[in-house]
Amino acid sequence: MIDTLVHLALVLALPPLLTGVIAKTKAAFAGRNGPPLLQGYWDLAKLLRKGSVLPAGSTWVFLAGPVAGVAAPLLASLLLPFGGHEAPLSFAGDMILFAYLFALARFFTASAALDTGSAFEGMGAAREVAFSALAEPALFFGFVALARISGSLSLSGMLGSGPGWVTAGAPLVLVAASWAVVLLAENCRIPFDDPNTHLELTMIHEVMVLDHGGPALGLVLYGASVKLFVLSALFLRVVFPFNATDPNLDWLAFVAGILLVAIGIGVVESVMARLKLVKVPQLLVGACLLSAFGMLLLAR
Amino acid sequence: MSLLLVLGGALLCAAGGVPGLFLRRVETGRRLAVAGSVSGSLLGLAGAALAAATGTVATIHRAWPIPGAAFHVSLDALSALFLAPLFLVSGVAAVSGARSFGDEEHPDDAPRTRLFFGLATAAIALVLLARNLVLFLASWEVMALSAFFLVTSDRSSREARDAGRLYIFATHVSTLVLFAFFALFRSLSGSTELVTLPAGVAGSDAGTALFVLALLGFGLKAGLLPLHVWLPPAHAAAPAHVSALMSGVLIKTGIYGIVRFTSLVPDPPASWGDGLLLLGAASAVLGVAFALGQHDLKRLLAWHSVENIGIIVLGLGVGLGARAAGRPEWALLGFAGGLFHVVNHGLFKPLLFLGAGEAAHVAGTRDMDRMGGLGKLLPKTALLFAAGAVAISGLPPLNGFASEWLVYLGLFDRARATGTDALRAAFGVPALALTGALALACFVKAHGAVFLGNARAEARQLHGQPASHGEPAAHVGPMALLAVACALLGLLPATVAPALERAVAIAAPGLAASRPLAELASLRTVGVAALTVVLLLGAVALFLRRRLAAETMAGPTWDCGYARPTARMQYTASSFARGPVGWFGWALRPRLKGAPVAKLFPTAAQFESHVLDTVLDRAVVPVFRAGAWLARQGRVLQHGRMQLYLLYVVATLVALLFQV
Repeated sequence: MIDTLVHLALVLALPPLLTGVIAKTKAAFAGRNGPPLLQGYWDLAKLLRKGSVLPAGSTWVFLAGPVAGVAAPLLASLLLPFGGHEAPLSFAGDMILFAYLFALARFFTASAALDTGSAFEGMGAAREVAFSALAEPALFFGFVALARISGSLSLSGMLGSGPGWVTAGAPLVLVAASWAVVLLAENCRIPFDDPNTHLELTMIHEVMVLDHGGPALGLVLYGASVKLFVLSALFLRVVFPFNATDPNLDWLAFVAGILLVAIGIGVVESVMARLKLVKVPQLLVGACLLSAFGMLLLAR
Repeated sequence: MSLLLVLGGALLCAAGGVPGLFLRRVETGRRLAVAGSVSGSLLGLAGAALAAATGTVATIHRAWPIPGAAFHVSLDALSALFLAPLFLVSGVAAVSGARSFGDEEHPDDAPRTRLFFGLATAAIALVLLARNLVLFLASWEVMALSAFFLVTSDRSSREARDAGRLYIFATHVSTLVLFAFFALFRSLSGSTELVTLPAGVAGSDAGTALFVLALLGFGLKAGLLPLHVWLPPAHAAAPAHVSALMSGVLIKTGIYGIVRFTSLVPDPPASWGDGLLLLGAASAVLGVAFALGQHDLKRLLAWHSVENIGIIVLGLGVGLGARAAGRPEWALLGFAGGLFHVVNHGLFKPLLFLGAGEAAHVAGTRDMDRMGGLGKLLPKTALLFAAGAVAISGLPPLNGFASEWLVYLGLFDRARATGTDALRAAFGVPALALTGALALACFVKAHGAVFLGNARAEARQLHGQPASHGEPAAHVGPMALLAVACALLGLLPATVAPALERAVAIAAPGLAASRPLAELASLRTVGVAALTVVLLLGAVALFLRRRLAAETMAGPTWDCGYARPTARMQYTASSFARGPVGWFGWALRPRLKGAPVAKLFPTAAQFESHVLDTVLDRAVVPVFRAGAWLARQGRVLQHGRMQLYLLYVVATLVALLFQV
C-alpha cells in the first residue's frame, strides 16, 4: 500500500523536474545558466490559471488530445515497476496494454491536431503517427526478447530479472540500445525532433499543439513530461534491473537513476544535431533490427 | 429450441423482402422487409445467444431426395459465435439501409436490394449451420449470388457493375475450388456429411492438397491476401449497409470454413499453423499499407477488412500450431483471440461503413481529399465513427483491444517457449505491432480528413444538401447500437469468455484445456483496465472543463502568419499517408502523374497519385489476358458450319473406337 502511494506520488510529482534537468544539462553544455530546475512547475502553475483561445470551428476532439495525453501515460505508469518495487497493477500481458495506452494518447493528440484544420499541425500529426509506427515493432521485439529471457509475460516479471545480464547480456545490450532510440523518438527529442525549434515546418510534437493554449497547453506539457518519465523508467529498469536490500534505498536509487537518464538525454541533445526528416525512418528501422537481433540471439 | 429460433429467424429475414416485389404500395413493402429483417434478427440473435451461453448442440437431420444430400443442420457454440454478429449486423443494417438506399432515390433497385439482403442473411446462416456437403455448397452458392445482386444494387452505376463482375468471377472460382475440396473430402472421409477425417490423412499428400484447396476456396471468400482482389472494389461500390453486411459477416464465412474444416482434422501438421501465421502476417501488414494509400473512404475500409482478416488468421495460426504441438493453452489463447476478433470486427466494421456511407452521401463524394469538417454537419455520426476508429485501431477501452490482446498473448506465450518454431511465431508479435500502429495512422487520417478540420474548397457544393441535413434516428440508431456493443465488449470482455471457451473446444478438439481461459488470460483485468481508462479520461476531462469554464474564446487557427489561409491548405489525406505509402512503395506501386515542383517560381502544376491493387494489376489481369488470348486461338474451330461440326463428331467417334 505504501509502495503504491509512493509510486503514485512519484509519477504525479516528478515528471516536470525531468524537463528542468534536461534544460539545465543543455545549458551547462552551452555555457549558460539556463532556466531554474523547477521551471516546469512554474509553467504549469501559470498555464492552468490562464484563459484559453480555442481555434474557430474546432470540436471536442481538440480538447480530447490533451486529456488523453495525460490520462494514458498516468495509467501506463501503474503497470511499470519503479526500481525494485512491484508495479501497482500487474497481469500476464500487461505490456501490451502499456504500449497501447500510449497509442490511445497518440490517436487523440494527432486527431486534435487535425481538428484545427491547420496545414502545419496536419503535417506534425502525419509525422508523429508514421514514426511511431516504426518505433512500435522495436518496442515489441524487445518485449519478446525480455519474455524469452525471463519467461514472464508481465512487465514486473520481465523487468525484474537482474540475472538476465549474466545469462543473456548481449541480447539485453541490443534491446537497451534499441529502446534508447525508441525513448528519444517517442518523446520527440533530438535527433528526431527539436523541442526548442522555432520553425513549424520542421517540428513533430510541438507543431501538433500549436493551437493549444492555457490549461489545455498545461495538460499537454504535463502529459508529455509524464510520458518521458514513464518511458525513462522503462529504459532504466532494462539497463539497471537490480534491487537493493533496503526498500527505501530502492526508491532512492530509482529517483537517482531517472535523473541520470534525464541528464543522459540532455547530453545527447547537446552533442548531436537533428537528423534530416528523411533519415528518421532509417534510424528507427535500425532500432527495430537491433532488437530483432536481440531476439534472434535468444534462439535455443 | 435454439436451432429452431435461428432457422425461424433466417426464414423471416429471407421472406421479408418477397412481398415488396408484388405490392403496389412501395412503403408497405419497405416496412414489411424491415420488419422481417428486424424480427428475424431478434429471433436469430436469441437462438445464437442461447446456444453460445449453454453450449448445447441442437441438430436436425432430414432426408433430401438429391444424391448425397440431406437437410442436416446443427447449431453448436462455434456456429453460434458467427451467427450472433450476423443477426445483429443484419438487423441494424437493414434498418439503416431502408433509409440510406431508399425508394425515393432508387425506385427500381431498392425493393430488389431488400429482398437479396434478407436472402443473403438467411444463406449465410444456413452456411454456418449446414453439416452436409451438398447443403453447404448450395447455401454457399445462394449466399454468393445474392451478394452479387447486392454489390450491383445500383444498376445505373458502371462502377458497381464492374465490381460485381469481378466479384462473381472470384466467388465462382471459390465455389469451383470448394467443389474440388468437398470431392476430395468425401473420398477421404467416405461420407457426405461434415465428419472427422480419419487420423493420418492430414500428413499425407492428399491431406496437404485438402488444406491448400481449403485455403484457396475459403481464403478467396475471406479476402485473405493475395486472394482479396474482388474485395476492395465490391465494398466500395456497394451501398453502405451492404458493405456493412459483407465486410462485417459475409467474408467471415471464409474464416468459418477454415476453422470448421481444421476442427475435423484430428492431427493437423505443424506446417499448417505456420502457413496460417505467415499468411495472416502478410495479410495484416500489407492490408493496412494498401489502406493507407487509398483516397476512397469506403475502399480504405475495405482494405482494412483484409488487414483484420489477417489478424484473425494470425490467431488461428497460433491455435492450429498449438494442436500440432499438443499445447492446449496456446490453442485456447490463439483460437479465442481469433474468434473474438471475428465478433469484434463484425461490430466495428459495420459501424464504420454506416458512418462512411452517410459522410459520402452528404459530401457527394467518397474522395477523402475533398471532404473535411463533416463533424460540424453530422456531429453524432462523427462521434460514433470516432468510436469505431478507436475500436478498429485496437485501442483500449473498446473491444478491438480485448481481442487483439488475446492474439498477442497467444503469440507471446508461444514465443517464449524453447525451439526455433517458437522463434518463428515470435515474428508475429512485431508484425501485429506494426499493423496496429499503421492502422492507427490510417484511422487518424480517415476520421480526421473526413470529419475534422474545415470543409475543403471543393466540398462547398455539398450535393445541394442544406447544412441542416440532420441525422435521423434510422441512421444514428443502428450506429449507436453497434457502438454500444463495442463498448460493452470492451469494458466487459470477460462475459464472452465462456462462450469463447466452448467454441474453442469445438475448433480444437482433443485438447483438454488444462486451465480455464480466465486463468490464462485475465479478460476481467483487461475489462477493469478499460474501465479505469474511461474513469481517468473522465476525471482529467472534468478537470480541464472546470479550468476552461471562464475566459474561453474562439480565435482563428494559427497559420504561421500567412495572410490568406484557405481550407484547401489543410493537410490532405494523401499527404498524411505519404510517408508510410513511400516505405511500402515496393508493394503498393503508387502511380504518380505530374511532376513535383522542381524550380523556383513554379507555374500552375498538377499532381496525382493512385494506389491500385498490385495483385490485381500485376498478376490476375495479365493471367486472364493470356487466358483470353489462348481462348481466341481456339476460335478457328468455331466457324458455324454444320457439316464441319458433324465431321468433328464423326472424327471423335472414330478416335474413340480406336481407343477401345
